[in-house]
Amino acid sequence: MALQAIAFYLLAAVTIAAGFAVVSARNPVHSVLFLIAAFFSAAGLFVLMGAEFLAMLLVVVYVGAVAVLFLFVVMMLDVDFAALRQGFARYMPLGGLVAGGLAIEMVVVSTTVATQGAARLNDQPMARGAAAAANVTNAEAIGRVLYTNYIYFFQAAGMVLLVAMIGAIVLTLRHKPHVRRQVIADQVARTPGAGLRMVSLKPGRGVGE
Amino acid sequence: MIRAQSYWATPGGWTLLTVGQILAVVVWILISLAFLLLADRKIWAGVQLRKGPNVVGPFGLLQSFADFGKFLIKEIVVPDGADKTVFLLAPLIAFTLGFGAWAVIPLAPGWVVSNINVGVLYLFAISSLGVYGIIMGGWASNSKYPFLGSLRSAAQMVSYEVSIGFIIVTVVILAGTLNLQQIVAAQAGGFWNWNVFGGPGPIWTKLLTIVMLPMAVIFFISGLAETNRPPFDLPEAESELVAGYAVEYSSTPYLLFQIGEYANIVLICAMTSILFFGGWQAPFPTPFTASWSPTAASFFGFMWFFLKIIFFFFLVAMAKAVVPRYRYDQLMRLGWKVFLPTSLVAVVAVSAWRVFGAAA
Repeated sequence: MALQAIAFYLLAAVTIAAGFAVVSARNPVHSVLFLIAAFFSAAGLFVLMGAEFLAMLLVVVYVGAVAVLFLFVVMMLDVDFAALRQGFARYMPLGGLVAGGLAIEMVVVSTTVATQGAARLNDQPMARGAAAAANVTNAEAIGRVLYTNYIYFFQAAGMVLLVAMIGAIVLTLRHKPHVRRQVIADQVARTPGAGLRMVSLKPGRGVGE
Repeated sequence: MIRAQSYWATPGGWTLLTVGQILAVVVWILISLAFLLLADRKIWAGVQLRKGPNVVGPFGLLQSFADFGKFLIKEIVVPDGADKTVFLLAPLIAFTLGFGAWAVIPLAPGWVVSNINVGVLYLFAISSLGVYGIIMGGWASNSKYPFLGSLRSAAQMVSYEVSIGFIIVTVVILAGTLNLQQIVAAQAGGFWNWNVFGGPGPIWTKLLTIVMLPMAVIFFISGLAETNRPPFDLPEAESELVAGYAVEYSSTPYLLFQIGEYANIVLICAMTSILFFGGWQAPFPTPFTASWSPTAASFFGFMWFFLKIIFFFFLVAMAKAVVPRYRYDQLMRLGWKVFLPTSLVAVVAVSAWRVFGAAA
């Protein structure tokens, strides 16, 4: 178990260091790269807890997709950091308040879980309990509770995401006039008869309109 | 014997054993890559009626090793104004990810470095990270062409990952497990039990070939796009972007990029054969291996897996030789408007099959 302890402290230290570097790095691209490092080591922590399914989802969704888009946008932005840092003193109290609130909440939650265990529905064991009890895999245990006890929340989350997706498309879709679009079906359906015109020319005379 | 077994179960022995397995897999891949790289060039040359590399060693067999030595002794040039750390980190990431994915690939019955329950997800996660090597390299080069190449690659790989994800979901639903070793084991008993023909089951389940065969083809094509192989090699596109994200790279960093890319290509070949074509299963029933020793049976399975990888690699090499490069908007159209809806429909179809068809 010494190996696990070493892995935990290593991953936890990397997570915290990377998280700190995200806000302190001068170059925004470096910030995003540190954010990716933080996500990745958080996934490692999930694996240590035995939640390998969540770990893989974290890597696939956040590192593989979300952070790529972050990086994509940040690389193309021309951020003026001097201007960004100007209001630092003004926003400091508000930011500190939010951070302090979050820290207190996290301490309260983690001490409660550590002393009294996680809140759970009485007879329905949560994913981890089910995995330990019935010897099913992580993914199966999550599936069992997600599609039974929490099906309405799951569906609602899906609806929210769908609305967000449609909203993003509606906001950004514009039809510009004078843009010629490629219609693949038309191109495939084109025949020599429609696309070619045979003209028989007499020597010394042009086509003529 | 018992003492030896107990030693491998201790932390020290376990670490030693795992490191040994990792080394074995990495060395095997590296040596295979050297010859596959040569095969790639030879096939390409053959299609164009050239001879290809034929000077170093018999039939040019040692060409890759000569190239390797040359890459190592060249000077590493870091461009002026480049972000040095990120510039050198990018090829390392590409290389590490290319090999990291092999940890969960079942090479033969019982031969896998890490037999985890979320093997498919792990593979998908690692392959979705592959874009970072390219995007970081392109950005850190502080130059126009590499940056354009890396932007293209970011958009391309993210797009095709979506359809790859859905295709993997169809296989997972069909197999009912995320464990790669189990996915392969379920396809035993002859080629008609492979997932591409609807997986194991009575004759009427072969109807699912209508769905799974196109999925296998789309997976393979998406794999080409994911690994930036021709006809989807727009991040490198030497006719427009010189060499894309790799313009500023030389010497060992370039070599690392190259090896990582080829490791990914072979990985896609391996994934195609595991998910759709039975992995290490022979294409005919093999009751005779039951009396063999486990080692002999493993080597037998490994042989089939290796043959399948080589076959798919041949297809990849042929695609490079005979297919012209896609235009960028056509690439995006293919990914989002053709592959994504098709694979979504397939997910629904296979789910319905599992609920209403196969279970009945």
